[in-house]
Amino acid sequence: MSLQIAIALTHLTSRKRATLVSLVGIALGVAFFLAVSALMRGSEQDFIKRLVDNSPHLTIYDEYRAAQPQPAPLHWPNGAVELPRVKPLREVRGIRGHAQRLAFIESLPGLRAAPVLSGAVVLTFAGRSEGVTLSGIIPAKTKGVSTLEEKMMQGSLDALAANPNGLLMGEGLLKKFGLSMGGVVIATTPDSAPRALKVVGVFRTGNASYDETQTFTLLKRAQGLLDRPDRVNRFLIQFDDPYAARATASLIEARIGYKAVSWLEASEDLMSVLLVRNLIMYSVVSAILVVAAFGIYNTLSTIVMEKIHDIAILKSMGFHARDIWRIFLVEGVLLGLLGSLLGLGLGLGLMALLGQVEIKPPGATEIIHLPIYWGYDQYLLALGFALLSAVGAAVLPARKAARVQPVTILRGMG
Amino acid sequence: MTPILAAENLGRILPGEVPVTLVQDITLSIGRGEFVAIMGPSGSGKSSLLYLLGLLDTPTSGRVLLDGRDTSGFGEDELAATRLEKLGFVFQFHFLLAEFTVLDNILLPMRRLGAQPDGEVRQRALRLLGQFGLGDQGHKRPHQLSGGQRQRAAIARALANDPPVVLADEPTGNLDSRASANVRQILHDLTRDLGKAVVTVTHDLNFARAADRRIAIVDGLIDPDWQA
Repeated sequence: MSLQIAIALTHLTSRKRATLVSLVGIALGVAFFLAVSALMRGSEQDFIKRLVDNSPHLTIYDEYRAAQPQPAPLHWPNGAVELPRVKPLREVRGIRGHAQRLAFIESLPGLRAAPVLSGAVVLTFAGRSEGVTLSGIIPAKTKGVSTLEEKMMQGSLDALAANPNGLLMGEGLLKKFGLSMGGVVIATTPDSAPRALKVVGVFRTGNASYDETQTFTLLKRAQGLLDRPDRVNRFLIQFDDPYAARATASLIEARIGYKAVSWLEASEDLMSVLLVRNLIMYSVVSAILVVAAFGIYNTLSTIVMEKIHDIAILKSMGFHARDIWRIFLVEGVLLGLLGSLLGLGLGLGLMALLGQVEIKPPGATEIIHLPIYWGYDQYLLALGFALLSAVGAAVLPARKAARVQPVTILRGMG
Repeated sequence: MTPILAAENLGRILPGEVPVTLVQDITLSIGRGEFVAIMGPSGSGKSSLLYLLGLLDTPTSGRVLLDGRDTSGFGEDELAATRLEKLGFVFQFHFLLAEFTVLDNILLPMRRLGAQPDGEVRQRALRLLGQFGLGDQGHKRPHQLSGGQRQRAAIARALANDPPVVLADEPTGNLDSRASANVRQILHDLTRDLGKAVVTVTHDLNFARAADRRIAIVDGLIDPDWQA
């Protein structure tokens, strides 16, 4: 085999210009493949990150997917049981026994969970009232599942933890009230006596409606205000690997009975759009490589034409048809491999360059960099596809060379 | 003793709208150490006969026996393997590979055979070069050599795997008289000193005189009365 490689190398070096052109073709193909793939996958990740991080990976609601079955039909599954005019017991709405359930969820690996109790309250300040959503949280746990801490403009979650009458509100709401840090508002609900809450933190998420309608206080305070002692109505769960959410969702739902909705379930249509987008992108960039492979085909065909006497002499010497076939296949593989490696370097350079590009989206305050995906799978994909195209391009010239009949060539020379 | 190379009723017809008969009904046998010249006018079919004897072409009738073995049933791979081990070719145009050094050209058939380790093969190639007065030319490319040197290198390559038969197609057709005499002498020595059978297609009368036996081909047939 080393002999075939030696002959292949001699062929390639004997036609330096053509070899170089086909190498550059493959290298550019691989480089563009990588650059486009890195940008598209990077923007996809960026998109998912925004999608995922601004909402929990998994939310467990205080409701069931189906109505709870009555005990009587469960006890006599084959009996003729009829329960007319069933009226379920009145109970305080929310997840019951949330401490045990939270303990179970937290025993699963690779995730962080936080309980929340949300309800509607009316905040009043200086004669002005605003209906908002008040969420009771445990700050230490909320830090693990939400980006709220990063969005704080003033104050912090820790300040809330230290003040049982503390309140976090969005910048928009703060401005509506004309309030500032340390200001006190009155929270009113139909279920309990009004209570004064002090603004200990201000956040800005960039989403105006969120910043005007969401407020946070301690879980215990919210339970008191909403008169739902020892209840929560949601668990928010964040995973190390967001894609683990789907499997864990069904596990949790099966175990604790409450409805568990993963972000994947909630945004299934978006995920399929992203998949289609990737398919289109990879078909287009692969087409570049197929075009580049024509350069290899061209070079090898020229070499076969040029070296037809050498091929005849090798065969008359006793080289087999498959030796000749291998020589040209090796040439294709060498061109593909070398071109891919060059392309890999070039592609990484392009990716680094693209990563430096700064853009300022309209209306945004921050300058952001183009998102670049650096995952190794795209390198393997580019390499694999480039090699496949190169070998594919070598097959026809190799077959032609292997079929050369030495006597036909020798007669022509005699 | 069995002849090293024999042909029985050998014929080759090129198919086509008008089939062309290259050679027909050739029967001959060549012994070990024999120096045979195949003569004949241009287009008489002498080269075609050489290609058939050299297993480069397949006959349409008859058969070629090499060292007593019938080659007519051989597949393409078996023919190639036989050429590699048993036959050496020298052509009118030297046909050395231009991108390889002279030494590498001689190494090619040996490395393909792969019967001996690289070091020994190299030693043998250097010895062959020395034998043909090319001891200091091994590192050169073929185009840096004179015509006679190239043809001697081609003979060295033909002998690389120590085949019992060397077939030469007008080996001196392209050389001046001095180089021709040199090549003729080398081929002659192969038969005497190494016991090779050498079959040469030639127009060169000096060659014919040096040969042990002359076979004349006219219109694809052996002509016992033909005189050059």
